[in-house]
Amino acid sequence: MKLQRAHVLVSVDPETVMAGAKEVEERLIKEIESRGLSDEIKVLETGTLGISGKGVVLVVYPEGIYYVNVKPDDVPKIVEEHLLKGRPVKELMLPELPVRAVKRETVGLTRKQVRIVLENAGVIDPENIEEYIAVGGYEALEKALTSMKPEEVIEEVKKSGLRGRGGAGFPTGLKWEFTRKAEGDIKYVICNADEGEPGTFKDRLILEGDPHKLLEGMMLCAYAIGARKGYIYIRGEYALSIKRMQKAIDDAYKYGLLGEDILGTGFSFDIEIKKGAGAYVCGEETALIESLEGKRGQPRFKPPYPVTHGLWQKPTVVNNVETLANVPSIIKNGAEWYKKFGTEKSTGTKVYTILGHVKYPGLIEVEMGTPLREIIFSYGGGIKNGKKFKAALVGGAAGVFLPDRLLDVKMDFDNLKEYKAVLGSGAILVMNEDACMVDMLFSIIRFFYHESCGKCTPCRIGTRELLELIKKVRKGEGEESDLDKMIKISESMWKSSFCPLGQSLIMPVKSAIENFREEFVKHLDKEFHCENCRR
Amino acid sequence: MKREEILQKYTPELENILFILHDLQDNNPQHYLSKEDLEAVANYLNVPYSYVHGVATFYSMFSLKPRGKYIIRVCESPACHLMGSSNIIYELAKLLGIGIGETTSDGLFTLELSSCLGVCGVAPAMMINDEVYGNLTPEKIRQIIEEKRRER
Repeated sequence: MKLQRAHVLVSVDPETVMAGAKEVEERLIKEIESRGLSDEIKVLETGTLGISGKGVVLVVYPEGIYYVNVKPDDVPKIVEEHLLKGRPVKELMLPELPVRAVKRETVGLTRKQVRIVLENAGVIDPENIEEYIAVGGYEALEKALTSMKPEEVIEEVKKSGLRGRGGAGFPTGLKWEFTRKAEGDIKYVICNADEGEPGTFKDRLILEGDPHKLLEGMMLCAYAIGARKGYIYIRGEYALSIKRMQKAIDDAYKYGLLGEDILGTGFSFDIEIKKGAGAYVCGEETALIESLEGKRGQPRFKPPYPVTHGLWQKPTVVNNVETLANVPSIIKNGAEWYKKFGTEKSTGTKVYTILGHVKYPGLIEVEMGTPLREIIFSYGGGIKNGKKFKAALVGGAAGVFLPDRLLDVKMDFDNLKEYKAVLGSGAILVMNEDACMVDMLFSIIRFFYHESCGKCTPCRIGTRELLELIKKVRKGEGEESDLDKMIKISESMWKSSFCPLGQSLIMPVKSAIENFREEFVKHLDKEFHCENCRR
Repeated sequence: MKREEILQKYTPELENILFILHDLQDNNPQHYLSKEDLEAVANYLNVPYSYVHGVATFYSMFSLKPRGKYIIRVCESPACHLMGSSNIIYELAKLLGIGIGETTSDGLFTLELSSCLGVCGVAPAMMINDEVYGNLTPEKIRQIIEEKRRER
């Protein structure tokens, strides 16, 4: 990075662009130029800063002051007052610094955020490879290629305890080892960036905010398992992610970090982007592989697993974006360092999206094992508009509804299992007292009904039956036995569906009906008035 | 761009089929894949027509019906649903006088539902072509539609 006395970071993501980030950025550059400050102050585009619903967001470093809801006409004032005269513009500053936006220097306070995956997101210019390198990027790759054997890389990842962040939580190092040991000369790395779990956009922020970190993670995986080709499968809706990722790949080739004989070590690796076209089921690894091969994205029978029979029947690692983005830090700092974060069996951090009726919707990265209550009430700022908390849907649509009495659950793979819940994609949808559980469950079932791929009968028919039943209850035409029937159907789907799509509907169905049964029973009465269900 | 030119951008391998279909659809002023498109892809990749049809109908981003100049895709995922997306869909249907999956008779708007757009922080949200709109209210919807009508 060149030395300047101040940096202004403009958060550029679909949300802020919509609010006029590009116009604000243009104006900033113009105003800074017209005051002759261009050599002293640099304006940078960055990924999201984790602040949502607050319009255009800027941060001025070195002070780390956040400005929100910035309009182009506010720019002259910020430039004149803050950048020129050093007096921050109070009325535009974030009134109450949400905990998630705590400056990194203050990590260590009780409400700390630990940023490993997102350490650079919102700090560096994601379109500039030099900035990534300047903050220590590609050091892990260099270390691995020059001083570690592939087996040692796998061993380090195994020791770190890293588990898959896509939902299933499978030990990453083990997956790599299986693939390395699988027979065959041709092996593949696939990054699953088909982020479709409702309420989740953590992977988008990594793709847009720190694309090189993901590339480095893939390179380390390729070196470890012996692959020379990798694919990033990005969902078709993520236009900006595709653009940023492609730029990062192009730059990596220019710098000799991709292609033949990388860093003169004899290791060669290529990465290509593949674009999805709107199918939730493609987030399932075998469906994703089918789609990548140019077919309808329907899941395959397992076993054999992708580690032995993956893309074009070759041994393949499929890892989630967040999983891969953890790897560079593990290799650079060592497994022992990584294990200091999180719990014994769920090491490291987790990125969450907090949404719904909270004061600060957005994104945080905290240690594994952080209690859900703390995430919602400290980081999310609690319920907005003075309303009461009612429920949290944890883990996306394929997640569970938790009432207040279950909020003390610690968020890690094993603790959640005890609550029959899952970490899933890390989406936390918070509902206040006005939300209707029947209506929310209807929305979830409708989603699954739409996304069921039709391959297996339990899921294809089961989702349809569930939709009919919940519609009946919604309209006040249901009977109490319908509620039990819904649980029974979802149980059968869990036992007999082909892939996790059909298998996971039991979680929202059962948790909603069991934890909020009273509300469901009320809906059975035709005369019951519900703002959400009956209009 | 002509159909043949688009095809030639890609090697005739099956793994490129989604890219090709995207590209053909994006270059069609009516934002859809015609029968001729599918036939050309089948020939180019040397697979049966039924295969291409099967792939094109599996993915929700592809349409085999002509669509409007502006494709409105309202997110109906639970996060947006909680924040009132049903009101938004109702308002749009009323304003445009069409149902979901339909196109206005002037060929300007097509109304569709979409799964999570990944901008849940500003729910309820929708996309018009490649542009995202969030924190929607019925009032905001009326303004946006009016603006688009003027732009035509």
